[in-house]
Amino acid sequence: MIQVVLPAHLRTLAGVSGAVAVEAVGQATQCSVIDAIEASYPMLAGTIRDRATKRRRAFVRFFACGEDLSHESPDSPLPDAVAAGREPLLIIGAIAGG
Amino acid sequence: MSRVRVLVGTRKGAFILSSDARRSRWKVDGPHFGGWEIYHMKGSPADPDRLYASQCSAWFGQVIQRSSDGGRTWEAVGNAFAYDGIPGSHQWYDGTAHPWEFKRVWHLEPSLDDPDAVYAGVEDAALFRSGDGGKTWAELSGLRGHGSGPRWQPGAGGMCLHTILLDPSRPGRMFIAISAAGAFRTDDAGKSWRPINRGLRSEHIPDPTAEVGHCVHRIAMHPSRPNVLFMQKHWDVMRSDDAGESWREVSGNLPSDFGFPIEVHSHEPETIYVVPIKSDSEHYPPDGRLRVYRSRTGGDEWEALSRGLPQRNCFVNVLRDAMAVDSLDPCGVYLGTTGGQVYVSADGGDEWAPIVRDLPAVLSVEVQSIS
Repeated sequence: MIQVVLPAHLRTLAGVSGAVAVEAVGQATQCSVIDAIEASYPMLAGTIRDRATKRRRAFVRFFACGEDLSHESPDSPLPDAVAAGREPLLIIGAIAGG
Repeated sequence: MSRVRVLVGTRKGAFILSSDARRSRWKVDGPHFGGWEIYHMKGSPADPDRLYASQCSAWFGQVIQRSSDGGRTWEAVGNAFAYDGIPGSHQWYDGTAHPWEFKRVWHLEPSLDDPDAVYAGVEDAALFRSGDGGKTWAELSGLRGHGSGPRWQPGAGGMCLHTILLDPSRPGRMFIAISAAGAFRTDDAGKSWRPINRGLRSEHIPDPTAEVGHCVHRIAMHPSRPNVLFMQKHWDVMRSDDAGESWREVSGNLPSDFGFPIEVHSHEPETIYVVPIKSDSEHYPPDGRLRVYRSRTGGDEWEALSRGLPQRNCFVNVLRDAMAVDSLDPCGVYLGTTGGQVYVSADGGDEWAPIVRDLPAVLSVEVQSIS
């Protein structure tokens, strides 16, 4: 299972605390992991990426294993440690004040 | 005994204020959806426990919340607002073409008779309808397809469809308003629309009397007289006696005819309320005094209402959806400010008192009168 840490507002919206565990269909990529999140938590559809274009929302970032993966292709494989569940995929709300 | 429930949307969450009919002692519940912008919250006239809320943020986009128990519990429902067909473009601030993009829901207007039917006015301007309690949404695309869409442009807050008025005496008739396109009417439940802006004059557009392009801030109607409409425009307070076919200015002796909200007394269709704001470049009340102005003559002649409102060093604004009336007798009038105060007058505007003083900036105020 892939461990995903959601930002606080999305944890509240989904009614979860701590990391969520999801099973990606096929290869573990940003896209397949978000597909799995949206399948398990339909209220999060559209909050991480645009519903139609599937593009990451501008103020959302993806970090893992000490790297910023935000600008990787959504279909690129996630690091092995994330795919194996040893490291979480961190979904972060950009520091933007307000 | 009757009671009231005031639904307050703020920059950082939703609050529900409750009182009995005296409207002097209040219970404050919230924040709901803390940290999110709540552009609007409104209850169904057909079932007062059915509430809808527009929850959004720059980070995570749009969420629609629904309650079936008067706001005690909430459920996130559908947030798929997809424009019908190829969205096309509208004017940007500099007059260049800009693609139509969904940004947020500004206003939710539940049906008068079906708790599961609700309309959503969105930015970039379009009208959506749900018939299943907010789970799914379909655009009433005849509005954007009217043909004038490429000439619409955003106001300072964005190109928002912010007003939706349902005619209780004529099913299928609806009025909407867009900043900055103007007012539109449908007589066939949203299939076809036409602009109703004759008589408006806006000096900030190339042709001041153009068919579209006017920055209408809010329209109000008394349900017993749906052909009479009152409008707070960017500048000018206007009135129509023929369902929007023509408008005339009724700003009269107001200290400023710039402002955002306009409301009609619940029992006196010729009594209306506005909140004059100094100018479109300052966005605070004239002289640092927060005053509601009331006309008992349907416009032209206005009186200042200031008792209980701050009369020194007050530089807040009252946004377009942040004034409401209840249906009790005497009529209660409510307003919320960008400074986080919500005021009530339980006597039609003569005396005001704060319900709360320190909420986040208030975006919207709606009130339910519950028997």
